[in-house]
Amino acid sequence: MFVINCPYCGERDQSEFSCGGEAHIVRPKQPTELSDDEWAEYLFMRKNIKGVQFERWNHTHGCRKWFNMVRDTSNDKIHAVYKMGEKPPVI
Amino acid sequence: MKNKYSIFSLIKNAFSQHENWKQAWGNPEPKKEYEAVIVGGGGHGLATAYYLAKKHNMKNIAVLEKGWIGGGNTGRNTTIIRSNYLWDASAGLYDHALKIWENLSQELNYNIMFSQRGVMNLAHNLQDVRDLKRRTHANRLNGIDAVWLDTKQVKEFCPIINTSPDIRYPVLGGTLQRRAGTARHDAVAWGYARGADAMGVDIIQNCEVKGIKRNGDQVEGLDTTKGFIKTKKIGVVAAGHSSVIANMAGLKLPLESKPLQALVSEPVKPIIDTVVMSNAVHAYVSQSDKGELVIGAGTDAYISYTQRGSHDVVEGTLKAILELYPIFSRMKMLRQWGGIVDICPDASPIISKTNIKGLYFNCGWGTGGFKATPGSGDLFAHTIANDEPHKLNAAFNLNRFVSGDLVDEHGAAAVAH
Repeated sequence: MFVINCPYCGERDQSEFSCGGEAHIVRPKQPTELSDDEWAEYLFMRKNIKGVQFERWNHTHGCRKWFNMVRDTSNDKIHAVYKMGEKPPVI
Repeated sequence: MKNKYSIFSLIKNAFSQHENWKQAWGNPEPKKEYEAVIVGGGGHGLATAYYLAKKHNMKNIAVLEKGWIGGGNTGRNTTIIRSNYLWDASAGLYDHALKIWENLSQELNYNIMFSQRGVMNLAHNLQDVRDLKRRTHANRLNGIDAVWLDTKQVKEFCPIINTSPDIRYPVLGGTLQRRAGTARHDAVAWGYARGADAMGVDIIQNCEVKGIKRNGDQVEGLDTTKGFIKTKKIGVVAAGHSSVIANMAGLKLPLESKPLQALVSEPVKPIIDTVVMSNAVHAYVSQSDKGELVIGAGTDAYISYTQRGSHDVVEGTLKAILELYPIFSRMKMLRQWGGIVDICPDASPIISKTNIKGLYFNCGWGTGGFKATPGSGDLFAHTIANDEPHKLNAAFNLNRFVSGDLVDEHGAAAVAH
């Protein structure tokens, strides 16, 4: 449990948010040309990092906007929050 | 087995004030090389080593545990055992385990306190009723005992449940598996450790794996905090940390690790003699032999390796518990903890070879691995020894995420484990 600084609303309790998992997974440009292996990679395979991870969050019970977050999954410390489309910070 | 536990050994040791009991397993330093190494000294890992030694005659093996055995999810779960899963593949897997549970205390010569007190799953809306009835029929077709209970029968089976039609999620019925129940989770790890140790398995605690050495497609050994260990077969049973180990071998798994919480109350006299689970309100409860209510909550909805979990999850669970059991309203909760569970997209486990020779994974048990401990160990041992899956775990291969042949138990199997 932690407090998230929503880039649109400011600091709110984590229970207002939902996590959308690993960030920066690129949607396939030509889905019809993907092999089964590539589909599996895109749909299911995850880094599931213990440590600093880039992930997507949604302020579900607030502004309902998506944004990105850099969080250490080993201690839930948040390193950075940035809007969708912005360049990921170097951590 | 040397040092067999019996009434006679109990009497004999009573004369020496119980001060001369031998250690149940040793504390060896790792050898340079093993035939196979199991990474993870929880119930599943120790069971794997036990069956490798017992059924496949592999004696030169080691179990590496970064903490102490049974200190991870084996000692953190709510000890529920059942096999009432919807799909045929799951039914085969979990009932295989349940059948081993039924004789495990005898086999291990160690009291694991297996108690077939029944597990009841409640239905709170029309869809629950339909799903659970369907599951009851599927279970019976697979030879797994299951009965449907209407509201009156639920009340008779567990009188403290509030079956008033006026509550927010009224109880419309439930399923009951009488062969299901609980076991003492620590004893399962200890019993398997003792059994494996007696057959010559090295159980190495406080030994963390730091890297996996490969020569092309073949594993060659492990870098650990106690030095390099050479081996041609590595079985990884690291639960929430499976992805961490996989990354060391350059492998990605379809897993997300999340904290799952449980809590226990102050001890009270016997009040609930079964296990009651509810998917819709996400709460389940049983009573330990010490008298504590053992309550399971849900997972946090984000990846985390902190063995804590959020307060709001516990709060939601306790709200549901209080609505279903108003009698608990003044109970105090004593302890709360979290364990890191590795969740697969289809809520089914992976017991599989990988595309790296000699590297095997047993993971993805998510929120419900304890119940499968003996079966999981047995089938994983078979897979490692023969380099081929047993027919009972063939469906639980890693390749199913490529082929699309998922064993989708999400929402089907009362996944509020």
